[in-house]
Amino acid sequence: MQQRNSQTINVTRNATGQKTREILVLALLLVCSLVAVLTTIGIVASLAFEAFRFFQEVSLFDFLFGLEWSPQTALRSDQVGSSGSFGAIPLITGTLLISAIAMAIATPLGLLSAIYLAEYASDGARSVIKPLLELLAGIPTVVYGFFAALVIAPMLRNSGENVGLVISSESALAAGLTMGIMIVPLVSSLSDDVINAVPQSLRDASYALGSTQAETIKQVVLPAAIPGIAGSLLLAASRAIGETMIVVMAAGLAANLTANPFEAVTTVTVQIVTLLTGDQEFDSAKTLSAFALGLLLFIITLCMNVAALKIVDRYKE
Amino acid sequence: MTDHIDIIRVEGSTRHRAQKRFQLYGLLAVSLSLAFLFIMVGSIVLRGSSAFRQSFVQVEIELPADAIDPDDVRGTRFGKFLKQALRNKFPQATTQKDKKQLYKLVSATAEYSIREQVEDNPQLIGTHAKIWVRTSSDVDIYLKGYVDTDLDESKRRLSDQQLEWLALLQQENKIESRINTKFFTGGDSREPEQVGVLGAVIGSALSLLVCFLLSFPLGVLTAVYLEEFAPKNKFNRIIEVNINNLAAVPSIVFGLLGLAIFLNFFGLPRSTPLVGGMVLALMTLPTIIIASRASLRAVPPSIREAAMGIGASKVQTTFHHVVPLAMPGMLTGSIIGMAQALGETAPLLMIGMVAFIVDVPQGITDATTALPVQIFLWADSPERGFLEKTSAAIMVLLAFLIVMNLVAIILRRRLEQRW
Repeated sequence: MQQRNSQTINVTRNATGQKTREILVLALLLVCSLVAVLTTIGIVASLAFEAFRFFQEVSLFDFLFGLEWSPQTALRSDQVGSSGSFGAIPLITGTLLISAIAMAIATPLGLLSAIYLAEYASDGARSVIKPLLELLAGIPTVVYGFFAALVIAPMLRNSGENVGLVISSESALAAGLTMGIMIVPLVSSLSDDVINAVPQSLRDASYALGSTQAETIKQVVLPAAIPGIAGSLLLAASRAIGETMIVVMAAGLAANLTANPFEAVTTVTVQIVTLLTGDQEFDSAKTLSAFALGLLLFIITLCMNVAALKIVDRYKE
Repeated sequence: MTDHIDIIRVEGSTRHRAQKRFQLYGLLAVSLSLAFLFIMVGSIVLRGSSAFRQSFVQVEIELPADAIDPDDVRGTRFGKFLKQALRNKFPQATTQKDKKQLYKLVSATAEYSIREQVEDNPQLIGTHAKIWVRTSSDVDIYLKGYVDTDLDESKRRLSDQQLEWLALLQQENKIESRINTKFFTGGDSREPEQVGVLGAVIGSALSLLVCFLLSFPLGVLTAVYLEEFAPKNKFNRIIEVNINNLAAVPSIVFGLLGLAIFLNFFGLPRSTPLVGGMVLALMTLPTIIIASRASLRAVPPSIREAAMGIGASKVQTTFHHVVPLAMPGMLTGSIIGMAQALGETAPLLMIGMVAFIVDVPQGITDATTALPVQIFLWADSPERGFLEKTSAAIMVLLAFLIVMNLVAIILRRRLEQRW
């Protein structure tokens, strides 16, 4: 009897110990999942803080609507142009130009690839082509950048010369073209999922009315998949806008307000890298402007991602 | 009646052709993308494979015993012996300009290589030794056949005189192409013939180690929380949305975060694998969480019910039964996340891993560079010799990526359980 009592006590003590331990484990789990939230807060806080310091020196209006970007601040205060000018418009147009070229390449290639994979390819072909396309997505962007600067840009310049076009060796076209290929797998794999999610009954109905496969795809499957495809294109565009290495290696450094794809333009990401590599002092507007650009980039891509994820999520159901 | 059939036949054939054409477009799009992949990888391999060989030249060098202290070989300057040896070989080089050209045949670091060889083999002192040293990068590139000798002399890096000397050396079998072991065992250098990727590879490995140690436990525990414990409420919904959005934030923004918070706020050392790994960990976290959640979801509810049925608590069920079963999937997801992190360049530029560092790092607080950043740095160098080294470094990077992805695939095949 005596022994039995002590056993019971032991069990209950274990049980209470167990309970506290379990609560501790749960607390630990919660803390871990908060790291992701803290990261976002950290990003917003650090960007906003440094950007705020920047906007004390340069007005927000000048930054957002200024047409000239030349961030060099002079060594002596009496030098000409000592203040530098921080108008982000040329950077934004440059970014948009390159991203637009990239999307013009990636949209048809990615969509047609997705349609081919989802509707036409045999299982065998699919199991070969899909991993190969994913390989394209797995290659580091620095490799694309090297290839763009080494092969694509000179090739474009030479072929331009042959037909009498002047194409800069750091043209927006070279960077955009390469970036377009880079995001093909992103577009194709997202669209592939969306197209596969279109109910088979829609296709069957269309075939029953005598449509060919191509007519079914163009007039039934694609219209049904349009919102999901739009979401995937939006995600791809946000990826293009935030892409750094390809443009750092293949696009230009000088801010150039132009819509001509044969000229050199610079992008937001290129400027962030140029401003922050090398010596920095954290009290100059030049360095701080990189954070303002980073904040701009973050806000633009975040809006696009939120919208895209919402569309894709809603469509999945 | 026949009219109708004709119409249908005609229309049917154009529609049929449209159908074929559409299918062809799809195939064309796939082929174009894959062609780009093959051309890119192919051209890099084509340019890079020659970097694994390096030409050496044999010099007959006088190593006077009275000028070299056997106990202090390290303090001896071998440059003058090397120059003397070269002048002895080609006495016709008398003008200052000719001599300069002559010295440029061998690597600028050749004297150190002679010093090392004498250190390893002290009985060479006082003899007339035959020592092999690296040729300069310009000579190496020429010997590999990359230089168009039809070009005007002024447009070439090597003069006619130098080419003549080289032809003579080749005739005497004093030039040899060897496997460039230095490329795998050395650090960065200003001389293209002298560079190695080891420093960058170790730097990347250390960064990935830090990244894995931080992001794997964090990612798995977050996934466990969200998948097994989190009640469906607004707070947890915010965490979920937040993770999905974090996955799509441009990588350079993570670099800005690292610069502002880890370096400036916490004062952690610049250019180190510690900070590099931390930034990469934040970037890989969403990938690992998403993969881990998928693999937790794949564990059938019957496992949980069975454990609960014999009296296990929720925590016991999760950590004794569900997590071990989901582990292979989580590991595979993490390896794929690590592979992405290995190729990441932009955030590392932000935290100063672009420095020129010769030494191989010894720990996670040593300043170093990483493999993709090294590629970026070499790609930026104007010397012709760096072109093949950059391509070769890309080949090394791609080899690591392929190995990591293969490991992930094999792990998945071996360990994955199907219910």
